[in-house]
Amino acid sequence: MPASLLYGVEVLINGLMAGVLYALVALGFVLIYKASGIFNYAQGVMALFAAMTLSGIMEGDIPFSHLINAMFGTQLHSFGWNVPAIAAILLTVVVMALLAWLVQRLVFRHLVGQEPIILFMATIGLAYFLEGIGDLMWGSEIRTLDLALPQGASLAIENATAVLGGDDFYGFFIDKLDVVATMVAAILVAALIAFSQYTKYGRAMRAVADDHQAALSVGISLNFIWVLVWTLAGIVALVAGIMWGAKSGVQFSLSLIALKALPVLMLGGFTSIPGAIVGGLIIGMGEQLFEYTIGGPFLGGATENWFAYMLALVVLIFRPQGLFGERIIERV
Amino acid sequence: MMNAVADTQASSVGYTTADGRDIGEVILDLRNITLRFGGVEAIKDISFDIQEGEIRAIIGPNGAGKSSMLNVISGFYVPQEGEVWFRGKPRPPLKPYQVAQQGIARTFQNIALFEGMSVLDNVMTGRLGKMRRGILAQALWVGPARKEEVHNREAVERIIDFLEIQAIRKTPVSRLPYGLKKRVELARALAAEPNLLLLDEPMAGMNVEEKEDMSRFILDVNDEFGTTIALIEHDMGVVMDLSDRVVVMDYGRKIGDGTPDVVRNDQVVIDAYLGVSHD
Repeated sequence: MPASLLYGVEVLINGLMAGVLYALVALGFVLIYKASGIFNYAQGVMALFAAMTLSGIMEGDIPFSHLINAMFGTQLHSFGWNVPAIAAILLTVVVMALLAWLVQRLVFRHLVGQEPIILFMATIGLAYFLEGIGDLMWGSEIRTLDLALPQGASLAIENATAVLGGDDFYGFFIDKLDVVATMVAAILVAALIAFSQYTKYGRAMRAVADDHQAALSVGISLNFIWVLVWTLAGIVALVAGIMWGAKSGVQFSLSLIALKALPVLMLGGFTSIPGAIVGGLIIGMGEQLFEYTIGGPFLGGATENWFAYMLALVVLIFRPQGLFGERIIERV
Repeated sequence: MMNAVADTQASSVGYTTADGRDIGEVILDLRNITLRFGGVEAIKDISFDIQEGEIRAIIGPNGAGKSSMLNVISGFYVPQEGEVWFRGKPRPPLKPYQVAQQGIARTFQNIALFEGMSVLDNVMTGRLGKMRRGILAQALWVGPARKEEVHNREAVERIIDFLEIQAIRKTPVSRLPYGLKKRVELARALAAEPNLLLLDEPMAGMNVEEKEDMSRFILDVNDEFGTTIALIEHDMGVVMDLSDRVVVMDYGRKIGDGTPDVVRNDQVVIDAYLGVSHD
C-alpha cells in the first residue's frame, strides 16, 4: 500500500476518535432534549463543572475556600488529603445528581409548558451561573486531571501496523488516550441503551419523551423523570469532561466544546441517540479528512474550525430533520 | 318543566345485577363537583358514585362535560368546588400520576399511546407502578430487579393474550390501525391491574365488528378480573347493553341517573339526548 493512502487511513482513525468525544457531548444534549424539549445550552459548562469538581475532590480542595477566606480572614485551601479516583468519580456523580435536582426544582419546574425559546434562554442563564459557581467553588486557575489514564502514542499499534507500508511508513500514530476514550464512550452508550430499553426507569424515560399526557396517566411523575434525565446528562458530561480534561487540562475552553456538538446535532438530529453518535463520528472523520486532502494543501489549513458547520449547513438544506431525526410531518 | 328524573341513587351497600353479578360498596364518590374554565362552567354541581364491580356509563350530547368529568376523576382537572371520595376517604387534589398510582387507570378519547415504542413496551409502561425495585438496582440490573422485570413481563403477556394482540407484540404502535391502537391502550390500562378503569369513548370511530370486539373485551375484563369500569360512550345501543347504571349529562348538569331501563324511559333524558339521537 502506498504511504500516502496509509496516512489517509491514519487521519481517518484519529478523526473517528475525536468524533467519539464530540458524540459524547452531543449525547448529553439529546438526552435532555428528547425527554423535555429543552435545548440545554449549559451542557458544555456542565462538562467543565463536572471535571472541575472531580479534580477538586481528588486533590482534597475545600470548596468555596476563596469565599470563606475572604469573609472570615482564614487561610483555608485544602483538606490535606487525596481522594482515590473511583471514590472521587462517585462523589462527583452525587454532586451532578444534586445539581440536576436543584436545576429542576428551582428553574424548570416553574417553566413547564413555556415556549422552547424561553427554556433555551433559561439554560443560557444556567450556563453562566454554573460557570460562576464553578469558579467560586474551585477557583479559576487551570486544573489538571490526573486519573492515570494512559497517554501518548501507542508504540504497540505503531509497530504492529508498520509492516503495512514500505520503508517510508512507520505505522499508525494513535494516542492511547483516544483509544481509552473510545472504549469508555462505547461502554457508556451501551449502558445507556440497555438502561433505557430494559429497565422500569428507562421505559418511563422513553414514555415521557413520547407523550407527557399518556406518561402521567400510567403513573409517571414528569418531575422525577426530568431530574433523572438531567442526572444522566450530568454523568455524560462528567465522562466528556474527564476525557477532554485529560487531553487539554480542565479550563474554561472546555465549555466551548459544546459548540462543536451543535453541528453534530444538526447532522444527527436532536432526538436520536444513534444519530448523535454517528453524527459525531462523521464530523470527526470529515473534518480531519477534509483538512488532510483539501484544507491543508489548497486552503491554507485550519479548516477544522469551520468544516463541521459547513457540513451541517449542507445537510440541513437537504434534510432539515438531520440524518436520523424523527421526520417532521405537518398536515395541512 | 316536568321533572321526573329517576334519581335512583343506589344504596352504598351494594346490589345484585340482572345477570347475577354482585356489586360491592361505593369505590368512588363524586360530591357536588363544579368545574370552571374561566367563566365557562363545564360541570355544574354534579354528584354520583361508582360502586365496586359495576360498569358505569356516562352519556350525554357533545359538550355535556363527560370528558371533563373523567379528567376530574383522573386528576387532569382539579374542580373548583366539590369533593372526590375514593374508598371512603376524601381525596386531596392529586397530580394525575398520583391518581394513577392509587390504582385508577384510564384511556383517552384521542388515544394517548407512546407512538415510538412497541406494543409490548407500551403495555409494560402500564406496570411501572407495580415495579418496586429502586433505581440503583434497576440500573445495575441485579438479581431482584431482573426477577421483577421477568415477573412483570409474564403478567403483561397474559394481558396481551387476553386482548388477542399477540401478533402485533413487537410492532411499533405508530404503524397500527386505529382500532388496534384503541385495544393497545386498553391493554396498557389493564396492565396496571386497576381498581377503577376509566374509558373515554372506547368505541369512537370503530366499525361494527370492532365495536363488538371491544364490547366483549370490556365485559370480559369486568367479569374475569372484577374490574370496576366507568366509561363514556356515544353509541346508545352499546351503552344500554354494557352498563349497569348510567349517568346522563347535558350542558354540564346531571339530568338522569339509574339503570339503562330507567334512563331510557325518562322524559327529560329523551328530550335532551335520546330524542335527537340518530341511532
